[in-house]
Amino acid sequence: MATLLNTIEDAKARDICKAHGDKPDELIEVLHEVQAAHGYLSDAALRTIAQSLNISRAEIHGVVTFYHDFKKEKGAKQTIKICRAEACQAVGANELIAEAETHFKTKMDDKAVAIKLEATYCLGNCALGPAVMIDDQLYGRVDIARLKTISNNHKGED
Amino acid sequence: MRVFVPCDAAALSMGADEVAAAIAIAAPNAEIIRNGSRGMLWLEPLVEVETDKGRVAYGPVTAGDVAGLVKDGMLDGKDHDLCHGPTEDMDYLKNQERLTFARVGIIDPLSLDDYKAHGGVKGLEKALKIGAQKIVDEVKESGLRGRGGAGFPTGIKWQTALAQEETQKYLCANADEGDSGTFADRMLMEGDPFSLIEGMVIGGLGIGADTGYIYIRSEYPHAIRTMRKAIEIWDRADLFGRNEDGSPRFDLQIRVGAGAYICGEESSMLESIEGKRGEVKVKPPIPAISGLFNKPTIVNNVLTLASVPYIMANGAKAYADFGQGRSMGTQPFQLAGDIARGGLVEKAFGVTMNELLNDFGGGTRSGRAIKAVQAGGPLGGFVAPADFDMAMGYESMAERGAMMGHGGLVVFNDQTNMGSMARYAMEFCEIESCGKCTPCRIGAVRGKETIDKIMAGEEQGKNLEVLEDLCDLMETASLCAMGGLTPMPVRSALKQFPEDFLGTAPEDSSKQAAE
Repeated sequence: MATLLNTIEDAKARDICKAHGDKPDELIEVLHEVQAAHGYLSDAALRTIAQSLNISRAEIHGVVTFYHDFKKEKGAKQTIKICRAEACQAVGANELIAEAETHFKTKMDDKAVAIKLEATYCLGNCALGPAVMIDDQLYGRVDIARLKTISNNHKGED
Repeated sequence: MRVFVPCDAAALSMGADEVAAAIAIAAPNAEIIRNGSRGMLWLEPLVEVETDKGRVAYGPVTAGDVAGLVKDGMLDGKDHDLCHGPTEDMDYLKNQERLTFARVGIIDPLSLDDYKAHGGVKGLEKALKIGAQKIVDEVKESGLRGRGGAGFPTGIKWQTALAQEETQKYLCANADEGDSGTFADRMLMEGDPFSLIEGMVIGGLGIGADTGYIYIRSEYPHAIRTMRKAIEIWDRADLFGRNEDGSPRFDLQIRVGAGAYICGEESSMLESIEGKRGEVKVKPPIPAISGLFNKPTIVNNVLTLASVPYIMANGAKAYADFGQGRSMGTQPFQLAGDIARGGLVEKAFGVTMNELLNDFGGGTRSGRAIKAVQAGGPLGGFVAPADFDMAMGYESMAERGAMMGHGGLVVFNDQTNMGSMARYAMEFCEIESCGKCTPCRIGAVRGKETIDKIMAGEEQGKNLEVLEDLCDLMETASLCAMGGLTPMPVRSALKQFPEDFLGTAPEDSSKQAAE
């Protein structure tokens, strides 16, 4: 049985829970940190978190699937978040999305290995739309030419 | 010599970091201060230089402009194509009434000394002297209402929490600013974080809470970073005393959202702070009686709390002297979408929409005519130009079928199809509904489908009836404002721009199907 237990253990997740005092109300904070460390939330991580915080896996599943931020699968190498809320639509976000889909050969919110386009709803840059975010960096007045440059610059940082 | 380059996310989105780096190279002796944004976002990055005639503004500056600007005497405040003269004399700023945003863009956001030098902490000192009931009385008299959108009188809310006999109470700042067209909370947290902290400490004293949470949406990584640092600095400075175990007397924590719009609704936000799914709860009980962890809890918007230090320091009357009718004080309005001079305008209630859009905003950025303005976020109605004379206030807007919300105005030009915007309103509700109540969860899906049918010319008369019926149901039977107000933009678009729904339709769709 020891080997079975070992397979569900995620040491990093265990540490993160501990740093949060194993408090169940800090679940969302814990999930954020584990996802930041691994890029996604693996089954092993979720089992470990359930054990550490003493809540059921069903409850955690409920939380993970409720919030748009949490991913249960490994993401693409680069995720480009494009705002499609009203203020950005008013200055051409839909056109930008259509051009980005053609250029990056992928559809909004489709799974992707290299570059994923993800819809987001307001980045708080509503006077300088269309707004885009890559790796927590915010960009304003983005057109397709600028998007190509930004995307390339972020690739260089990997 | 001091040079100011904003660290506000909007300024960064236009290359402020690169500009700061370029200035450091071109002018190695300059002391570069990373301030918040002045709110003139079309000029970002807006660089300011301290001179003997005050701070002089240059913008929008790109990294490529810097060497030339320095050569042409920017550091001495000399004239240039990008120069706007002394910042304080610029019409956009001069014509505002900045109370809540008095320090934003002026101070170094993370310098407590700068904060104090510009009037910070005075409100807290007064609050400590007068005690809980008088704090609440002062807020009541100021007429301050919830700036998150609902506009409930803050003092009355606080009184309810103060009256609870529980020893454990909580104060939560709602920084889940999800409405498109709004960014005032973000700007305040990035530009003057201590004012939110001070407002929360005063609120804690007022209602008897020793623990506070700031719930910030994950889409605001810069604001999260600034607030975390600000809390650390505030705690270290020990302005408010410590408990016997050495912990701060008012324990302040940040909780980061996870991309759910609905968590801006207070009961849903409290669930999320407890680490649960952000599902809306039935009221009563109201949170002021039983909220976070079933304890009395006050949830206030960032702008509400950040207005409290001014009210404490200057007295309720000084605040209430601004505004009109039952909308007292000032509102930080946000101009967004297709607007030439987008940004933050703090004005007393009573300013007209026209003044905001044209005198401040300068009309559309595209140069096209304005077709409609969405006021109050995704759940607010569309206002057509005929109504732009409306005074901005909770009641005066409601009378004209519009909503103050969080003070955002999103401008759409004449190329916009309002039928598509109505469809988007339903689609957004479908994506963001928490799923707890049926009218919202299913109504939004059916609403989207029905608008699609209408716009495709399918049995328009019948489908319009279905849409009206659906809107009635969502309005009256939804648990919270998400489902309850989504019909507002839909109906206002349909009423004012029916041709956008019906116009492009083929005359007889049954014929087409037969072909």
